[in-house]
Amino acid sequence: MLSDIQNSPSFLQRFSRKLQAKWKSVVVAIPFFWLLLFFLIPFVIVFKISLAESLIASPPFSSLLTWGEEGALQIRILTENYAYLFEDDLYIRAYLNSVKVAFISTVLCLLIGYPMAYGIVRANPTRRKILLILIILPFWTSFLLRVYSWMGILADQGTLNNLLIGLGLIDEPIRMLYTQFAVYLGIVYSYLPFMILPLYANIEKLDWSLLEAAADLGAKPIATFLTVTLPMTIPGIIAGSLLVFIPATGEYVIPDLLGGGNSLMIGKVLYSEFNNNHDWPVASAVAIALLILLVLPMMLYQRYQSKQTQA
Amino acid sequence: MNHKSSKYIISMLCFGLAFLYIPIFLLIFYSFNHSKIVPLWGGFSTRWYTKLFESPEVWEAVMLSLKIALVNATFATLLGTLAGLAMVRFGRFKGRTLFSGMISAPLVMPEVITGISLLLMFITLSDFIGWPSERGFTTITIAHITFSMAYVAVIIQSRLTGMNESIEDAARDLGAKPFRVLMDITLPLLAPGMLAGWLLAFTLSLDDLVIASFVTGPGSNTLPILIYSRIKLGLRPDINALATIIIMTVSLGVMLAAWIMWRQEKQQMKDRQMIQADEIKMNNH
Repeated sequence: MLSDIQNSPSFLQRFSRKLQAKWKSVVVAIPFFWLLLFFLIPFVIVFKISLAESLIASPPFSSLLTWGEEGALQIRILTENYAYLFEDDLYIRAYLNSVKVAFISTVLCLLIGYPMAYGIVRANPTRRKILLILIILPFWTSFLLRVYSWMGILADQGTLNNLLIGLGLIDEPIRMLYTQFAVYLGIVYSYLPFMILPLYANIEKLDWSLLEAAADLGAKPIATFLTVTLPMTIPGIIAGSLLVFIPATGEYVIPDLLGGGNSLMIGKVLYSEFNNNHDWPVASAVAIALLILLVLPMMLYQRYQSKQTQA
Repeated sequence: MNHKSSKYIISMLCFGLAFLYIPIFLLIFYSFNHSKIVPLWGGFSTRWYTKLFESPEVWEAVMLSLKIALVNATFATLLGTLAGLAMVRFGRFKGRTLFSGMISAPLVMPEVITGISLLLMFITLSDFIGWPSERGFTTITIAHITFSMAYVAVIIQSRLTGMNESIEDAARDLGAKPFRVLMDITLPLLAPGMLAGWLLAFTLSLDDLVIASFVTGPGSNTLPILIYSRIKLGLRPDINALATIIIMTVSLGVMLAAWIMWRQEKQQMKDRQMIQADEIKMNNH
């Protein structure tokens, strides 16, 4: 009897399928619930607080649910915090400026990163490995310290001003630290590897015979680049650009250390609204608004990412 | 494929690399400056290094950061590997779209948003269930695991898609249960990817300032928080010394890892050539 059951393939198959299904759901469930608890639910809480009223209390915001006089549960939702974002033009200016800074920095990264990625692909195998390590290395070393290194270069008494004065090009130090220029420089410097690596991965897979065919047919290098190379590397351009643009929009450290008081960026506004003004509801509304602004590029990135790993 | 690049490409490559490395070299150079004013050369000296090691604050921050980084890297590798396996090997399952969104979003999410949302989450939790009663090591570690596991998952996903499935298929055909296939075949093949993920999670944790400064509590200063509080007010030669030590350690680690991988590759190439040579010999006999 027993051996009958064991020998029956349908039973075994069913059993193994059941086991497999259970075992799989455990593997999925652990990271799934972790992310649910520490990634998704926190956003719900931020959204909830963004609808509350700011109070001088602990915690410094009102509860959405209150018990009315007759014991009825009342829900109080305020959209004032969002209206406030539109009333005070500080927020809108900060948003627009962040998008502008992130966009220009992304374009600059692309202009510098594309030829670099191309050059790495075309180098011989040994050199290519060394170059790749050189691009990845700054990514592993401290981001904060690399931003700090520019403070020493751009300061009024810094390396660059000393050099320019020493060469006799200028008489007085130019103010470079704590300017918008320094913020652009810092973002391009910090995010350049993020642009180069996806571009490299894309250019490496190019079908070079197409380029040779174009050249054989008499196309000039620039024409070949514009009609063959560029269209084929659009996925890499999009991935690299999003990897730079999205985090740069919400950047806090670079505008704070290199831009000083002269840079108005939304990440900085959010940070000071929360930590200096202790206005949690407004800070939450700023965070939700920033999230809404970035949700489209993020979905685009996610689509690219899942395509990349499935291909 | 030819290996010639135009002068334009080569000069852009040189310019880009100079742009990436000159600031780092200057940072290291000025750490050996005797003068207190960073960009003013006052002769060679190692006094900032001695000063650095005399400060108990720095040691405390280093130890806290290392502790967080170790725990974070281990848990992030475990969770990230599970997530990567689920994404690549499990086909469709309920909630896959949400799952893949939650896995890739932390990679690009601005740090201020992650930081503020986790802090508000911890505060709400401690109001309701009394945990976490204080913020510091635990809260920072949880925050770091959450974004590090996304990076690990990406590495594991790319390894799994690049991996030959035929060995797993063979084991399955020979009657190995799925769990055994995972333990005996898939995970050993994934080990290099998991190591890479562990190292990346470790350095990401050591590097994080914004998220940690949101979710930390009084008295728990990680190394980036300490560095930040010092450089906020201007240039500090002792921070240059600290930076030099960090950059040197990381660079040596990365170069060592690269060298080991390189040697392995070379060995594999050699093995393959030897096998081919043997085959030719056998055919000739």
